[in-house]
Amino acid sequence: MVSAVPVSPTEPAVRRALAEVSDPEIPTVSIVDLGIVERVAVRDDGIHVELLPTFVGCPALDVIRATVEERLADFGRPVEVGFRFDPAWTTDRLTKAGRDGLRRAGIAPPSEGAVGCPFCDSTNVAMDNLFGPTLCRSLFYCRSCRQPFESFKPV
Amino acid sequence: MNDDVRVALDALLLSMADDEFVIGFSDSEWTGVAPMLEEDVAMSSLAQDELGHARALYDLLAQLRDDGRDADAIAYDREPHEYRHCRLVDHGRGDWARTVVRRFLYDTADTVRLDALADASYAPLAELIGKIRREERYHVMHARAWFERLAGHDGEPRRRLEDAVRHLAQDAGTVFADLPGEGALVEAGILNAPMADLHKRWLDQVAARFEAYSLPLPTAPPHPDARHAHTDDFRWLWGEFTSVRRLDPVATW
Repeated sequence: MVSAVPVSPTEPAVRRALAEVSDPEIPTVSIVDLGIVERVAVRDDGIHVELLPTFVGCPALDVIRATVEERLADFGRPVEVGFRFDPAWTTDRLTKAGRDGLRRAGIAPPSEGAVGCPFCDSTNVAMDNLFGPTLCRSLFYCRSCRQPFESFKPV
Repeated sequence: MNDDVRVALDALLLSMADDEFVIGFSDSEWTGVAPMLEEDVAMSSLAQDELGHARALYDLLAQLRDDGRDADAIAYDREPHEYRHCRLVDHGRGDWARTVVRRFLYDTADTVRLDALADASYAPLAELIGKIRREERYHVMHARAWFERLAGHDGEPRRRLEDAVRHLAQDAGTVFADLPGEGALVEAGILNAPMADLHKRWLDQVAARFEAYSLPLPTAPPHPDARHAHTDDFRWLWGEFTSVRRLDPVATW
């Protein structure tokens, strides 16, 4: 994963590196596909990355910051990672690959309409709890394959 | 920003952050002992949301004050009488019905307050509010569902809900207690109406639901001391939430 030869830090190179950083709780989704990478700037004084928290109280932010700093350290420049609320992260920012990655982790992608079971695609599902194990997820039960699953909350 | 606006904005941010902080901590007392597993998860998640909002608001306040004290210092290094949360969230956890009524009153009121700040001319606040509003709608859905569930069931659920409404009636609207210097915030385009107007807006919004369940609408105007006079319940909670910090104030986490 770590490049042997330092790559010069162009913006596309930095974005490619960020695409290798996974969400700390969902290893199948990169932070780029999660849609939280708002801005990347490469300047003489270093690499600046601005990220959008999915939820204001997300406890994973410090871990994400540390992982990004670690991944970008290869470029040999100072790295600054900041968080901002504008624009607000919304579930529309998830990419197609991000939604597929959620399904692979057993999490239904966010949906304002019918929620589909990530295991069997059935929409014959019931919400068990609006709140789940993390701020960003609700709990569902699939009546077709009888499997409980989590669903990303639409925000 | 002139001094009047700065002082009033300081008071606004502190009141909102303390509201979220105190209700968040009270809710977290249900972790492990809620009436059912689903609600254990829900209350823990709500608490985490509120503490996250409190932290973001304390961060804004720390930036505004720029005196070297960070969000943790503001949150934890004060005496109980220096907190500015409203009386509604000042009572102890109580039973499940009281928690449900408190959340319903608070979440509906908080929504009115957030709406009044959505177009704030102070960009850092407007940006944060934009994000918080998207999350709070889940809180309102949860509070409303439980309020209706208890109100609509005769017997013990209904009786306990009525007790809770009676217990909290005097303090129901205290989210909208007068804020020192709030006129300056309205003039500066930060708050879109005085607190007294927001109190009316809120009553208009919740009236139908109280009427539908034949419950007395808690119309009492907020007492001017509503953000200053705290109960013994709060002093106990303060002892809990500052205990670790007081053990070692300079520890890093």
